Amino acid sequence: MTTTAPDTRGCEAVFDAALAADERIEPRDWMPDAYRATLVRQMAQHAHSEIIGMQPEANWITRAPSLRRKAILMAKVQDEAGHGLYLYSAAETLGTGRDELLDKLHSGRQKYSSIFNYPTLTWADVGAIGWLVDGAAITNQVPLCRCSYGPYARAMVRICKEESFHQRQGYELLLTLSRGTEAQHAMAQDAVNRWWWPSLMMFGPPDDESAHSAQSMAWKIKRHSNDELRRRFVDICVPQAESLGLTLPDPDLRWNEESGHHDFGPIDWDEFHEVLRGNGPCNDQRIGQRRRAHEEGAWVREAAAAHARKHGGTAREAQV
Amino acid sequence: MTTTPQGAPSASAPEATAPQSGSAVPVGAALALGDDALVLSHRLGEWAGHAPVLEEEVALANIALDLLGQARVLLSLVGDEDELAYLREERAFRNVQLVEQPNGDFAHTIARQLYFSTYQELLYGRLAAGDGPFAPLARKAVKEVAYHRDHAEQWTLRLGDGTEESHRRMQTALTALWRCTGELFEPVDGLGLDTAALHEGWLALVSRTVEQAGLTLPTGPRSDGWSAGAGRQGIHTEPFGRMLAEMQHLHRSHPGASW
Repeated sequence: MTTTAPDTRGCEAVFDAALAADERIEPRDWMPDAYRATLVRQMAQHAHSEIIGMQPEANWITRAPSLRRKAILMAKVQDEAGHGLYLYSAAETLGTGRDELLDKLHSGRQKYSSIFNYPTLTWADVGAIGWLVDGAAITNQVPLCRCSYGPYARAMVRICKEESFHQRQGYELLLTLSRGTEAQHAMAQDAVNRWWWPSLMMFGPPDDESAHSAQSMAWKIKRHSNDELRRRFVDICVPQAESLGLTLPDPDLRWNEESGHHDFGPIDWDEFHEVLRGNGPCNDQRIGQRRRAHEEGAWVREAAAAHARKHGGTAREAQV
Repeated sequence: MTTTPQGAPSASAPEATAPQSGSAVPVGAALALGDDALVLSHRLGEWAGHAPVLEEEVALANIALDLLGQARVLLSLVGDEDELAYLREERAFRNVQLVEQPNGDFAHTIARQLYFSTYQELLYGRLAAGDGPFAPLARKAVKEVAYHRDHAEQWTLRLGDGTEESHRRMQTALTALWRCTGELFEPVDGLGLDTAALHEGWLALVSRTVEQAGLTLPTGPRSDGWSAGAGRQGIHTEPFGRMLAEMQHLHRSHPGASW
């Protein structure tokens, strides 16, 4: 696509045709303002989720119970920082810089995934996050590899590869605990009990209450509805839980021959909205740590920028 | 190998984990190098989620992972890596005190990195050139450590040259950690290194960077009774005990469990 069309209507026709043909929209192409704004919002929220999501897992790096697990966990948390970098870069292609997006995160004007407002209370939570939270994220994100916006789709290809490694390590960690001592098994079951329902909430509100879904589907940013992805996730998890020797905390969970899917119990949307409003167990803690790290690092970033200015480079170059 | 019984950690692990007869690996040296890498990796891991800029989240984790990889190889040469890491008491660790120093601000972490990675690169360079038991590890690790040194040097330059505040913080950090550097050049049994030459090379490299950054090489004492070889003899600092308590707690809470 090009930006040379003389009027917006012509541009819009080219944009619509590209979407219809499943072509990628690239940064220099014309796009509707609302499409641009939706993408920036979504990519920023995704990037913020990656960097806030480092916290609950980093919480266990210094206590990892074996050196092998410690190496895996450090690599995973490092990957998340890397994902944050790709995604902020992808958002920058639409003209919104990382500093501006971080400001919006720190001031609460942009959100991150609510799942990270739950605490990691035991080592097994590291496994439950890998298996369930990363599993839900993959279910959400694999379709994004086909998202209509090129830089986002390409970032997601890389991210999904790494996420699937994260999910496997979580599953394997839980399996080891489940087959371990009685105390380890109990630890694994407790973690799954606490993380199951919040993971189902990660797919967002039911389709009939989802504010942005219809337009995003039309723009091919989103490819499947929240409820469809949630159902897919439940279908994947049920046999995996069985292989793990763990149960899922839902008495209504059963196979429905007719629909070809699992039925599951009602989700507590009040809890979801409370956490979203800032009243989850760790909202203040997570954003507080993020702000503190940023404020305490201000002198470092200023020094790098000052040094770069003296030597004719840019601040960003100075930090890489 | 005699292993430490699960749940009954020994305070004298170096002897308790002596390799089988016939092995050429000097235990004390493997523990010295392995513990340096293990402990510094742990300290760097504490930065996760707290770094001043996202690129440094990646860089510090990268260095921590390299060091952890080295530690695992080195400890496995003389025992079970997890028994050695998780079941030894504080007095049985053989790392230098420099690597156990708390992170402090970013300047302290960079000063610690500058002093240590310069030493480690020279050390591994010499071991890599020989045919001793550490040569294979050193040949691989020296490439990693060259990057660690470059990272520390670049940041020393930026902080020394950047703003008044960064200059002041970097100078404070270099001075504060200076007293821990003498120990790096105490002879370690089994390494057979010319420590005087190692020191000379180290001083030349560190001085060059410090001067380029417009900073001053500290001149305070670095060989008083508590810092000269103390870590290598199992004498550590108060924060180190708390670091180990955190690191070992979960492993020790489940004796005999696999993870």
